[in-house]
Amino acid sequence: MLLIPCPNCGPRDETEFHYGGQAHVPYPENPNELSDTEWSRYLFYRENPKGTFAERWVHSTGCRQWFNMLRDTVSYDIQAVYPMGTPRPDRSPRVTPESGTASTAPDSTTTGTAGPSTSTTSILTTTAPEGATK
Amino acid sequence: MSADLLPEHPDFLWRNPEPKSSYDAVIVGGGGHGLATAYFLAKNHGMTNIAVLEKGWLAGGNMARNTTIIRSNYLWDESAAIYEHALKLWEILPEELEYDFLFSQRGVMNLAHTLGDVRESIRRVGANKLNGVDAEWLDPQQVKELCPILNIRDNIRYPVMGATYQPRAGIAKHDHVAWAFARKCDEMGVDIIQNCEVTGFLKDGDRVVGVKTNRGTINTEKVGLCAAGHSSVLAEMAGFQLPIQSHPLQALVSELHEPVHPTVVMSNHVHVYVSQAHKGELVMGAGVDSYNGYGQRGSFHVIEQQMAAAVELFPIFARAHVLRTWGGIVDTTLDASPIVGLTPVENMFVNCGWGTGGFKGTPAAGMTFAHTIATGAPHKLNAPFSLERFETGALIDEHGAAAVAH
Repeated sequence: MLLIPCPNCGPRDETEFHYGGQAHVPYPENPNELSDTEWSRYLFYRENPKGTFAERWVHSTGCRQWFNMLRDTVSYDIQAVYPMGTPRPDRSPRVTPESGTASTAPDSTTTGTAGPSTSTTSILTTTAPEGATK
Repeated sequence: MSADLLPEHPDFLWRNPEPKSSYDAVIVGGGGHGLATAYFLAKNHGMTNIAVLEKGWLAGGNMARNTTIIRSNYLWDESAAIYEHALKLWEILPEELEYDFLFSQRGVMNLAHTLGDVRESIRRVGANKLNGVDAEWLDPQQVKELCPILNIRDNIRYPVMGATYQPRAGIAKHDHVAWAFARKCDEMGVDIIQNCEVTGFLKDGDRVVGVKTNRGTINTEKVGLCAAGHSSVLAEMAGFQLPIQSHPLQALVSELHEPVHPTVVMSNHVHVYVSQAHKGELVMGAGVDSYNGYGQRGSFHVIEQQMAAAVELFPIFARAHVLRTWGGIVDTTLDASPIVGLTPVENMFVNCGWGTGGFKGTPAAGMTFAHTIATGAPHKLNAPFSLERFETGALIDEHGAAAVAH
């Protein structure tokens, strides 16, 4: 079972959370102009890396807030937790073009004994839908 | 001891050749689907200058990590057609392959626990019958007659309100299935190459012309991908994307018991499926873990929930011990149906996305995929399972009948 460091509530069992799939998938800017191929990409195609993956989780039985997480899909190590709407932290070779500067969330690991540091992470109190901010 | 006394030992069932520098076709993935594909390429299409590449050992991936259930009671016409074809092949393959893999048609029940389940199940029985698939609706008493150890009392959280029943469904011994295909492939001249990991592909424009491996480069005219959970990784190497998400799926077995469980019982709602293996272990499966993963292990709470459901349905299992648990990596699609067909890369074909139900589909996957590789066009049975369906919208939404939530 994963021990997930909720940015608001601290480390909690995976059973308290729900998975939201890949993070940073923006809603198409001009939906009316998309071709069938482009729609299929938006609806059905997601990254499926063997390695670091940026994904969304919601602490459904806790604070009920969404957040983003970097997790290794082979070792299941949790590498970073960061707020919705902020770019992916630069922590792996798979760097998305938008990341690199802002938001290096505090390290949070599955084995970390310390509670999550919220000092440097400004957790958004609203859960903006993905794509509202790319 | 001489080899004659050990006819079933895998070492004596096929050669372990060095890879040649070129083949007419290369199948990536030496599990059930890859071996079945090679078998039908050789048998139906006369292609014997082919290789099956396996990065580990033969049939050591999902083929060794599933609950061996075989059935064809799917809802939609396209699925019923391909899975029923598979079931018909399962019925004749032991003789055709001259190797018994203990296909036991002991029947499969899919339990209904809510009014919604009941309606969906009865609808599915009707759909099955229209498609020539054997199916019956059983009331709780009939369920009890078929499987006396099932608890059908109505004082549990999700009482058994009935079940669909497919008498021709059952289980087979998965290792023997793989060995049977491998032995026949080898006899027909197919090279089965283990410990051979694909590291890249050679392309000439949009056409694949070879495979790079940790044991050298192999030139080939055609490539078939049969790598289940790792299909996305291979596709990325080849320069295209698949609408696949890989998830861990766990199963477990108990210690050995006397024969107590005469059939196969599945429940989508409380999420457990149980059969008793030929040797006597209770074999149980559950749902996939929600998150993406390649780690071949899953979360303990999934097992916990599955055991709770099992003990409620089968009170006599309460004191059975779990012997071992394991996880496979399943490649799921958004409509819970497989992808068998062409890819954006010319002469490269893909067979993936079988999710939690790949074992039962093995023979039909092999037969139709071999047809696609040999002729360059889909067989009528796999034509609906194309990659294009995600663009055309002609999805085959089998979430209900796939039986394992994913």
